Amino acid sequence: MPKYTTAILVRNQFGVLNRVTSMFRRRQFNINSLTVSETESDSFSRITITYEGDNELHHQIVSQLYKLPDVSKVKELDSDESVTCELMLIKVKNDAATREDIRTAADAYKAETVDYTHDSIIMRIAGDSRRIDAFIALMREYSILEICRTGVVALERGSKTILEIMD
Amino acid sequence: MKLTGADIIVRTLIEQGIDTVFGYPGGQIIDVYDSLYKYQNEIRHILTAHEQGAVHAADGYARTTGKVGAVIATSGPGATNLVTGIATAYLDSIPMVLVCGNVPCAQLGTDSFQEIDITGITLPITKHNYIVGSVESLADIIREAFVIAKSGRPGPVLIDVPKDIQMAECEYEPKAPVEAYEMKAAKRLDMAVECIKDAKRPYIYFGGGAISAHAEEEIMALSQRIDAPMGCSLMGISGVPADHPCFLGMQGMHGHYASSVAMNHADCIIALGVRFNDRATGNKDKFALATNIIHVDIDSAEFSKTIKPAYSLRGDVKLTLQKLLELLPEKKRPDWRAEIERFKQEEQANQDVRPGMTPYNVLKLLNEYTDADTPVVTDVGQHQMWTAQVIKFYKTRRFVSSGGLGTMGFGLGAAIGAQLGTGKRTVLVSGDGGFGMNLHELATAVTNNIPVVILVFNNGVLGMVRQWQTLFFDKHYSNTELNRQTDFVAVAKAFGADGVKVDNLEDLKKALDQGFSCDGPFLIDCLIDKDEFVLPMLPPGGSMDDLIVKVEK
Repeated sequence: MPKYTTAILVRNQFGVLNRVTSMFRRRQFNINSLTVSETESDSFSRITITYEGDNELHHQIVSQLYKLPDVSKVKELDSDESVTCELMLIKVKNDAATREDIRTAADAYKAETVDYTHDSIIMRIAGDSRRIDAFIALMREYSILEICRTGVVALERGSKTILEIMD
Repeated sequence: MKLTGADIIVRTLIEQGIDTVFGYPGGQIIDVYDSLYKYQNEIRHILTAHEQGAVHAADGYARTTGKVGAVIATSGPGATNLVTGIATAYLDSIPMVLVCGNVPCAQLGTDSFQEIDITGITLPITKHNYIVGSVESLADIIREAFVIAKSGRPGPVLIDVPKDIQMAECEYEPKAPVEAYEMKAAKRLDMAVECIKDAKRPYIYFGGGAISAHAEEEIMALSQRIDAPMGCSLMGISGVPADHPCFLGMQGMHGHYASSVAMNHADCIIALGVRFNDRATGNKDKFALATNIIHVDIDSAEFSKTIKPAYSLRGDVKLTLQKLLELLPEKKRPDWRAEIERFKQEEQANQDVRPGMTPYNVLKLLNEYTDADTPVVTDVGQHQMWTAQVIKFYKTRRFVSSGGLGTMGFGLGAAIGAQLGTGKRTVLVSGDGGFGMNLHELATAVTNNIPVVILVFNNGVLGMVRQWQTLFFDKHYSNTELNRQTDFVAVAKAFGADGVKVDNLEDLKKALDQGFSCDGPFLIDCLIDKDEFVLPMLPPGGSMDDLIVKVEK
């Protein structure tokens, strides 16, 4: 199944995220991740979603999004043409037997230790989702206590912006 | 000038061309009702018996006039009573603007008396909705609501207005009625044109989208140009005059035999403003397999939603057809025509020719009373399908029926709205089940002296469900035998209307004479047999091979 990363520029208004997610729920669209944030403009918020599916599902999602009056632009971000990134905080058990292995793995993945106690370590790692998945897989060898991921954010490479796409 | 929020609501509705609004007052909308009192010479308010009746009335008004229907209701139960009506309008893409009151802003979210999150509730059944946060934004929100309601694929828009915003004041400048977004023709027609040129058996299939685009003339011109038969979905009925020689009628689950069969035999379906609902296609994996589908629609989300077209053309149906007509040469298709004639003869051979009070004979008689201008409204069920099959429509927007949602209880409210919208005597064909759901709107019809002839197909059962139970559930008539003692004529009289009960065609004729000369509502309680079938029938999930044409009893 092809994977899609799609950016949605929406009116920066109360309840808009609910409208978007309500439509996904009603239409039975399954989303892998969803992020929402402020943008360079006060008028817009930006939602980034990732999902897997065939071309028809992708077409449906884009068309249904455009039917929401609060949605201004929808842009599929091709993985070759865009930069994507995700952030994760991961908390693992800290004990003497595995401490050194965890540190080596963290160094290899450029995960930064942001909290350290006698029995726990929180690391922060940013990168594409595949890299984060791999780091989680590695950490499963030890004791993962908690994970928090932000979901994918993405921007198109070069000077072009989402506002420039034609309706 | 400085006006209150309530005045702004009413002034903006008037400004946007609304002459009739349907609704029901209550505590949190009382300020708006005070404004309606003030401006009663400029806008007519029709008080219904129930908010559901008000939405259905606005719906019937919108369907028959093409204008935006307008509704006002109070908060809480007033707002929730609108829900079925909003969903009905949403599923059939009917333009509507609804204004609800709500508790003052400071009380929102506290579960105060008659507070409900109506924007949350109606999120999936409106094109858009608003909760107004300031009186300054009110007029422009209403204007935007009208733009959204009538642009592109039309639909209902709800505006929730907290009471303190109705009471607050701000400057109001009247503006011109808003325009819908400009419609455009689809681009890149060349492949579709080649496909139509090459087709041996083209079939034109139109629906509600063709009616909202006003594409009647273009559809008939296309039919003539390429020598193709026309069929329609339930929502397309009245789009083309019933006596047009190339019109085969409704297709689908209970469609005309010739229309459904022709569609199934076609090698090219030109689909105009339709959405290939399961009631129209049956089993979509077996639907029109040997066919290239050219799908024209204003809403690109309809392409491939259920059926994958060979060519999808996003654009206004009327404008796109005009462009197609420029590109398509005239072509005669005598072989296809001959085949169609054969389908028609097969349909004729299966015609119901029994004498007496059959649904077919009742509606054939009704055909003698309706003229091109008569709106014919239905409820939902067997009578709806019989009406769709038998009643002859000669003018667009004269058939009013809940297609997508299939809302029993839709009819009476919608008939009142249709009558008020057109100013023409209106016919409601209903069943004893559906009519029983919202018959209190008889009060509205009487108060407003609405000339509506109400034909209740009374068989004492929920006929459509019974038909399924007969065919697919071993005649287990679970809760479909009503066993009621309701005397509909007495009910009509109790509400201040008139009516008669009939059980034969002669009396029906007399009743229709009376009904069609009556000033106000007139009810005909029309007794029919409980084991009448709607035929043909494509069993749910079936394909054309499973078509039931006759049932041996």
